[in-house]
Amino acid sequence: MRSLVFYIVSILVGAALFGFARWLGNDYLFFAGYTVLQFIVLATAWNILGGYCGYVNFGSAAFFAAGAYSSVALHKLAAGIDRYVPESLAGLAHTILPLPIPVLIVIGGIVAGLIGLGTGYLTLRLRGAFFAIATLALAVVLQTLIVNWDFVGGSRGAYIIRPSEVPIIGSYIQYLFLIMLVLSILAIIAARAIEQSRLGYGFATIRDDETAAEACGVPTLRLKLIATTLSGALMGMAGAPFPYYIGYLEPGSAFGLAYTVNSIAMPMIGGTTSWVGPLVGALLLGTLQQIATVTISSAVNLLIVGLLLVGFVIVAPKGIVGLVQDFMRERGPEGSEPTWRTRLATFANMRPGAR
Amino acid sequence: MSFELLINALIAGVLLGGFYAAVTVGVSISFGILDIVNIAHPAFIILGSYIAYIVNQTLGIDPILTAILALPAFYLLGSMIYQVYYASFEKRGQDSLRGLAFFFGLLFVTEVMLILVFGVDYRYVQAAYIDKTWHFGFADIPFRMLVPCVISLLMLGLLQLYLSRTFTGRAIMAVSQDQLALRLMSADPARIKRIAFSISIATAAIAGAFLIVIQPVEPSVGREYIGRVFAICVLGGLQSLPGTVIAAMLLGILESVTATFYGPSWAPAVSFGVLLLTLAFRPAGLLGR
Repeated sequence: MRSLVFYIVSILVGAALFGFARWLGNDYLFFAGYTVLQFIVLATAWNILGGYCGYVNFGSAAFFAAGAYSSVALHKLAAGIDRYVPESLAGLAHTILPLPIPVLIVIGGIVAGLIGLGTGYLTLRLRGAFFAIATLALAVVLQTLIVNWDFVGGSRGAYIIRPSEVPIIGSYIQYLFLIMLVLSILAIIAARAIEQSRLGYGFATIRDDETAAEACGVPTLRLKLIATTLSGALMGMAGAPFPYYIGYLEPGSAFGLAYTVNSIAMPMIGGTTSWVGPLVGALLLGTLQQIATVTISSAVNLLIVGLLLVGFVIVAPKGIVGLVQDFMRERGPEGSEPTWRTRLATFANMRPGAR
Repeated sequence: MSFELLINALIAGVLLGGFYAAVTVGVSISFGILDIVNIAHPAFIILGSYIAYIVNQTLGIDPILTAILALPAFYLLGSMIYQVYYASFEKRGQDSLRGLAFFFGLLFVTEVMLILVFGVDYRYVQAAYIDKTWHFGFADIPFRMLVPCVISLLMLGLLQLYLSRTFTGRAIMAVSQDQLALRLMSADPARIKRIAFSISIATAAIAGAFLIVIQPVEPSVGREYIGRVFAICVLGGLQSLPGTVIAAMLLGILESVTATFYGPSWAPAVSFGVLLLTLAFRPAGLLGR
């Protein structure tokens, strides 16, 4: 019942946001808003693995770029379809091509999810730090592969010519904004659902004490693989529409360090234990950066993000959400914070797939 | 012809490996021995490069000599960073997730600061030996590779002596294994860790000077070294310095051969391949137990 209310409220908020932006009618608002929404998806995705399981992913940019480049590859494939398939099939192909963006998002998600699964499978059986390091290296290697892959433009980059109009909605940037809005709402709903499900309690036992969880019979490896796949897939989904947004994609921008830093900094600053944290962090930092990029410079705004990350990690490890919670607890009656034991008990008592 | 290419690639690989050993030794100490996942190490190496660059441009002092003079400053920097890390993460017992984010933030802040101050132009240094090359028949030995390689091996030898012969050195090797035993030997684990971490940061000054002798440097070059450094560290068996040297040579040769026969744009992928294969098949490393 509470979930139903949550779904309705989030859809209403989304609709209100879109309606308000249209009412203002400024295209720049949609451009800037798209970036902030994209960061909401990235931060939420990072938090599924980083916040819930306690495994740090430094390769957000790699997963993001995997989604973006799978779109580029499909776009190029569609553009040259007559050369690759016999004429009889080309007619059929033209009826479904070019692929609509929601389909590209699904494909980008699958590609990035598989990469996540593969990386996780090779490194997650070891200590947590190895996964973090492997994801760092993953970004460098995927970038090397893309730079050497001429079909998607190599180091020169690829131009994507996007249609200027779409039916019903009108301007293309509004269409992209709407897609990203829907995606971010879906991401938040998914994160919240995970948090309250058996899966989420399993993740939390891993974060709190992995060895003990393993000893108590929590299938840690399987849970971690689910988390890496989900998290990677969501990042890829955030990246899939990106080539259409930017119009010209080159490896340097798709693998930009800004994505990695932001998708770590936003949940860390917002608070990592619930879906609210990444949302708050992304809204705050994303908006701040949009303002700073326009008023100061893009290098300075990255410096601000870095310093905020270091500062929050040292001073306020629970993020803004944690600060607010502590503040409320001081005022109100003593709340009962779930301990590791209660989480494990909840995990054990819930039927698989239960809420 | 291709035989000559192979020999030259092997020589270049060994020389490159010597340099990689100097780059990695800091991480072997911090990550391998102390269990502090200092992913910001490459950023400190770049910082070392820029210090060597500034002194070389203004005073004309040799970059490697500059690095040796800068050792105390880097040692102090390491002490300060460890103090913050210890007080904020190790003492509170939450060093894994937030410690990683802390070092990642440091990496990022250092890089952006260097970009803000120096821009993204490639910088290089001048020294008498940089343009010289020895020719043995068809084999070439460039001095800009040989000098860093020799000094690096010397540095690792000294560190190995320090770690295996002195009391503090042995305490450093023991600190991650049994802190209680260390306390019983009247050595404070936090102090020992601070000394070791400071040494690891100090090696970044020297590695940075090597880097700018070998190739022109810009602030984001450091990122390429993250995968490489950890690949070598893991392959070498984490806490063994001889293992680090062997693994560094191996990776140097692999990269140099790949660059010679498949083109330099593929070289960065080698380290990741090595890292993943090591983690999948022999996580204890070459010389690990």
